[in-house]
Amino acid sequence: MSDVSAASPATSVAATSAAVPPMVLAEQVSKSFGSNEVLKSISLSVAKGEVMCLVGPSGSGKSTFLRCINHLEVVNGGRLFVDGELVGYTQKGDTLYELQPKQAAAQRREIGMVFQKFNLFPHMTALENVIEAPIHVKKQPKALAIARGKELLDRVGLTDRMGHYPAHLSGGQQQRVAIARALAMDPKLMLFDEPTSALDPELVGEVLDVMKGLAQSGMTMIVVTHEMGFAREVADSLVFMDGGVVVETGVPREIIANPQHARTKAFLSKVL
Amino acid sequence: MTDSRPQAKPLATGSSPSLEASASSGPIRAVKLKHPWRNVIAVVIIIFAVLFVLDASQRTAYDWPSVGKYIFDRRVSEAALNTLQLTVYSMIIAVTLGIILAVMRLSPNPVFKSVAWFYLWVFRGTPVYVQLVFWGLLAIIYQSIDIGIPFMQPWASFQTTAALNTFTLAVIGLALNEAAYMAEIVRAGLMAVDRGQEEAATALGMTWFQTMQRVVIPQSMRVIIPPTGNEVISMLKTTSLVTAVPYSFDLYTRTRDISAETFNPIPMLLVASIWYLFFTSILMVGQYFLEKRFARGVGDRKPEKSEKVSLATGVLSTVPDSTGALPLPIADKNGGDSR
Repeated sequence: MSDVSAASPATSVAATSAAVPPMVLAEQVSKSFGSNEVLKSISLSVAKGEVMCLVGPSGSGKSTFLRCINHLEVVNGGRLFVDGELVGYTQKGDTLYELQPKQAAAQRREIGMVFQKFNLFPHMTALENVIEAPIHVKKQPKALAIARGKELLDRVGLTDRMGHYPAHLSGGQQQRVAIARALAMDPKLMLFDEPTSALDPELVGEVLDVMKGLAQSGMTMIVVTHEMGFAREVADSLVFMDGGVVVETGVPREIIANPQHARTKAFLSKVL
Repeated sequence: MTDSRPQAKPLATGSSPSLEASASSGPIRAVKLKHPWRNVIAVVIIIFAVLFVLDASQRTAYDWPSVGKYIFDRRVSEAALNTLQLTVYSMIIAVTLGIILAVMRLSPNPVFKSVAWFYLWVFRGTPVYVQLVFWGLLAIIYQSIDIGIPFMQPWASFQTTAALNTFTLAVIGLALNEAAYMAEIVRAGLMAVDRGQEEAATALGMTWFQTMQRVVIPQSMRVIIPPTGNEVISMLKTTSLVTAVPYSFDLYTRTRDISAETFNPIPMLLVASIWYLFFTSILMVGQYFLEKRFARGVGDRKPEKSEKVSLATGVLSTVPDSTGALPLPIADKNGGDSR
């Protein structure tokens, strides 16, 4: 976690990229739905290979922030960079230009996203779900996509479920297919939006195990979660958000053991 | 890997509190609930039906010999074929146009939205009969059809009457009217697909068009097909209005023309009805198979079927397929399914 000063975007990118450019860099990002300001000047950065957990009460803006990163939501203010590239816009001089839908799609394919409700395509089998985007977005040869898809499903422990439709998979299995589907696009960043919140308690572990394995393989991950155990064990950094602002950031173990802020304390006392 | 079959455990624990059941622990043997009134009502209905049929078979007004004579009359069977062609062609155009209009209405583009809305307003807001009369008068309103740049010498020019015969005009008239209704059916289907599906596809980097084509439309088919089957059957019968164009070689107009010669309308009505019923029956069978095809992954798909596919991965290589047939290799299965 490096705190970003409110300098102009160009200079701050240059400053941070001097060493290793961060995978995600948010500079005073704000977002409102109508008059409801959901994100208020969020500034944070995620280094390559870092696993960051975003925690906070519901309505604190964590999911919205995640969705801004792959441009599912359009940012109202500030700048958001993924791997040094401005999300959703191109900048020429002082003017921002909205990206063409195709360019935006190209940005998104570099970012994997896993949803709370899995959002698997129900009319496709597990394997078909995984190979869909590689074949139709990346234009990979079918044989290659299938081989890679099988490998990924194998990796998430679903070797014997490749031909199953999502309706015949448990929630945990569906979420693991969803992770494999996102990984099939070879993303440089993975976003998890409360990946275990819709799961039965006994199925949470199998999904967290897959995510842990992914973290250990060096994937950059931003995880919105209520699983404090996962945050403590796997995450490199923890960000506590409330009311659209970052309240506290730091090393998970320290924050969880010794929260500095009253709101963090209050929240942790409820979830721990 | 835990193969979780959620129903297994709760069932076992759920039955244990009942001491009676756990004591015998075998399958329950109980006297089945009787429905005596069902049988009584069924018998009464059957009696009435038999009486009606017996009566109808002897009534001279139905003139069954004439029905038998005309049912396979060349003029009638040709007219039946014409009706079928009118239905099929106009439905194909209507479904295609309906999908386009529905997608336009739901697109973020305000121009597309307005055009689709205007189309619906006009074609849904006027009777199909009136529209057919209008199409019949097309040649009077526009004597020639010019292709080219406006206010310039056209590249090509056709006489309307020569370019469009009454059959074509009938198809156009029926199709354009039906497209307005299909658009609403398709729109309902598209909106029935969970928003998360679109989001997941977008997050994977699919374009809006790919998302529609690969993810949203295939799923909406399940919702779209039953009312569309309804529309096809409705269209089959609406073709009897093409006499307004005037196109007179469809089933109803043709049989009526014949009865105008024979002064015996009732058997000809029966002939027409039998043909219409025959076609609708076939269409219903077709609808059944289409619904099954698009119910993939939802509803009552048999689990054994997917089990069979998983066998192909070579992991669960324990039980051979009961039919003795080799399970489909997974790659082939995908090849067959993804188109």
